[in-house]
Amino acid sequence: MMNAEAPTSSANTLLDFNTTTFENKRQTPAELAEIAKEIRRDIIRMLERAGSGHSGGPLGSADIFAALYFGGVMRYNPADMHWAGRDRFVLSAGHMVPVLYATLANAGCYPKAEMATLRKYGTRLQGHPGRDMGLPGIETSSGSLGQGISIAVGMAMADKLVDHNDRRVFSLTGDGELQEGSVWEAAMCASHYKLDNFCWIIDNNDCQIDGRVPDVLNVYPIEEKCASFGFDTIVVDGHDPADLVRGFDHFIKNHTSGSGKPTCIVARTFMGHGVSYMNDKFEWHGKPPTHEQAIVALEELA
Amino acid sequence: MELHGQKPTRHGFGDGLVDLGEKHDNVVVLGGDITGSVLTSLFQSRWPERFFSIGIAEQNATTIAAGLALSGKIPFFASYGAFCAFRNADQLRISVCYNEANVKIGGGHAGISVGPDGATHQVLEEMSFLRTLPHMTLLVPCDYTEARKATVAMGEMVGPAYIRFGRSPVPHFTTPDTPFEIGKAQVFRDGNDVALVACGAMVWEAMLAAEELAKSGIQARVINAPSIKPFDHATIAQAARDCGCIVTAEEHQVHAGLGGAVAESTAKNAPVPIEFVGVKDTFGGSGEPEELMEKFGLTWREIVASARVAMQRRDHGSTGVRAIKDVPTYA
Repeated sequence: MMNAEAPTSSANTLLDFNTTTFENKRQTPAELAEIAKEIRRDIIRMLERAGSGHSGGPLGSADIFAALYFGGVMRYNPADMHWAGRDRFVLSAGHMVPVLYATLANAGCYPKAEMATLRKYGTRLQGHPGRDMGLPGIETSSGSLGQGISIAVGMAMADKLVDHNDRRVFSLTGDGELQEGSVWEAAMCASHYKLDNFCWIIDNNDCQIDGRVPDVLNVYPIEEKCASFGFDTIVVDGHDPADLVRGFDHFIKNHTSGSGKPTCIVARTFMGHGVSYMNDKFEWHGKPPTHEQAIVALEELA
Repeated sequence: MELHGQKPTRHGFGDGLVDLGEKHDNVVVLGGDITGSVLTSLFQSRWPERFFSIGIAEQNATTIAAGLALSGKIPFFASYGAFCAFRNADQLRISVCYNEANVKIGGGHAGISVGPDGATHQVLEEMSFLRTLPHMTLLVPCDYTEARKATVAMGEMVGPAYIRFGRSPVPHFTTPDTPFEIGKAQVFRDGNDVALVACGAMVWEAMLAAEELAKSGIQARVINAPSIKPFDHATIAQAARDCGCIVTAEEHQVHAGLGGAVAESTAKNAPVPIEFVGVKDTFGGSGEPEELMEKFGLTWREIVASARVAMQRRDHGSTGVRAIKDVPTYA
C-alpha cells in the first residue's frame, strides 16, 4: 500500500535519495561506518522533507543499526521480510523510527525513494511505526514507550518455549524509556524464562525531551540494574562499529551456548551524533533540521 | 427458558478455555497470580507447557500476549477486569488493537456482584473503554453455558477480543442448544409492548421482569445482547420499531456500556424512549452480592419500574419530546 506521492526532488542534490543498497554480511568496521553515514544522510533527507519528526535519537543510533543489519548479526531476507527463519527486531522507542526506515531502505527491503513519503498522508512510513501499513521489516506498531520490549519478550517466549526454534529477538529502548515501569516487568520476565534468545539494546545517549536523563528522573546505574534483573550486561561504545559487533557476538554466543541468560547491550551514544550542531544536544530530540540546517548536516556527512 | 440452578460465569470461561485447549495446540494462557479466581488454573493443570505465569504485571502480560500473537499463538490473559481493562489500557490500545494482534482477554470479577471485596475490585466502567477500541470484540455472556460458548468463539475468531464475566453464582438457564454467535443478539422471550435489552447477569432479571409485567397484561420482548461489539443493530432496531420503547439493563455504569450502544444504535435507526438500568455514576462498595444488586438497583424490580416509565414516555410523550416538537426546524 503506497498511496503517498513522493514530493518532487529538491534543488540541492545532496537532499536527493540515491538507490545504493548494502549487503547483510560481516562488513568491516570501516564499511559499517560508511553505511552508518549513509543512514544518517537519509535520516536528514527524510526529516527535512517531512518538516517534523525526531532527529537526535535516530542520528545517534545509526551505528547500532548499521552493525545489527549489516554486520552479519541479524538473519533476514530483504526480499522477504516475512521469511519464517528470520530474526526479529522490535523498536520499542517508536519515535526513533526514521533510523529504522533508513536502515531497511539501505538493506533493500523497500525502494529508497519511498523515504520521501515519511509522515505524509497514506504513507507506509508513519510518524511512529504502524504495522497496519505493511512496510517490510516493521514487526510491530510502537510509540507508547515501554511496550516494544514486552512484545519482544513475548516473541522470544513463543520461539524458545513454544516453538523451540533458534530465532533471535532484538529490541531497542531508549534510556529515558527506562523510566516506564513496565520495562522492568519485561526485564524480570525475560530472565525468569531464561530467554537467552533475547537481546535488549539500550541506546544510552543520556538525553530525553525535557533535558539530561538524570535531571528529568535518574535511571542510573543502568548496567547494575540490568545485571541485577538477570541480564548478561555489557557496555559498548555505540559509535564504534567493531565494539558494537563485539557486543552482538557476545549475545550470539550467549544464545548458541544455551547460557540461559538474556543479554543487555548498553550502547553509549551521543544524541545527534554525526552532525556537529546537534551532537549531545537534547534540544534535538524531537525536531527536524530546516532546509539550510539539513544542507550543512549533509555537507558534514559527505 | 428454565432455571438449572446457579453457577458463576467465570467457570464457563475456565471450562471454555479447556475446550479450546483440546481443539487448538496454539492456544496458550498467561497467568496473573489469580489463576484460581479466574479459572485459568484448569487449563494450566491440563497443559502446564502451554501456561506461562507472568506475575502481578498486567501491562507486561498484555503486551507479552501481543508478542505471542504476532508469533502465531492464540494467547489468553485473564485477570480481574479492574486490572486487565484499565491498568493495561494503553497496552490494549497500542500493542493489541493497533497491532491487530490476536490477543484474548478474560476480565473477571466484573460488576457489583463481586461483593465484599468492595469498590476497587468491582469494575463497572470497562465496557465503555473496550467498546471504543478499533478492532476489539467485546462479549458479555449471560450465564455459565453462554460464557463457555463465548470463550470458544472468541478463541476461534481472529482479532483482539475481551470477555467479561463475574465472580458470584448467577442463574444458569441457557443450554448447549441456545443459539450464540458473535455479533448477534437473541430474543429470549417475545412480546411487542416493551423491549428489555440486557447482558450478563441482568438477562435473567429481565426474564423475571417480563414474567412480572405479563401479570398486568404487558408482553415484554427480552433480548439477550452478549455481543456488545460487534453489535446487532438489526435486532435492536426491529425491537424498537415493534415495541416503541426500550429498557436496557447491565451490571455496569449506565453510561457508554450496553445502554450507550442501544441508544447510539436506535438514535440512528429507530429513535424511541429508552430507560437505563445500571449503576448510576457511582462506585460500588462492600456487601453481599445479592444485597448489593438490590441496593444499586440491579434487579427485576427496577426493570419493571423502568418498563412502565418507558411505556409512559412512549404513549404520552416526555416533556423533552414535546419541547423538541414545539421548536421550529432550522435549515
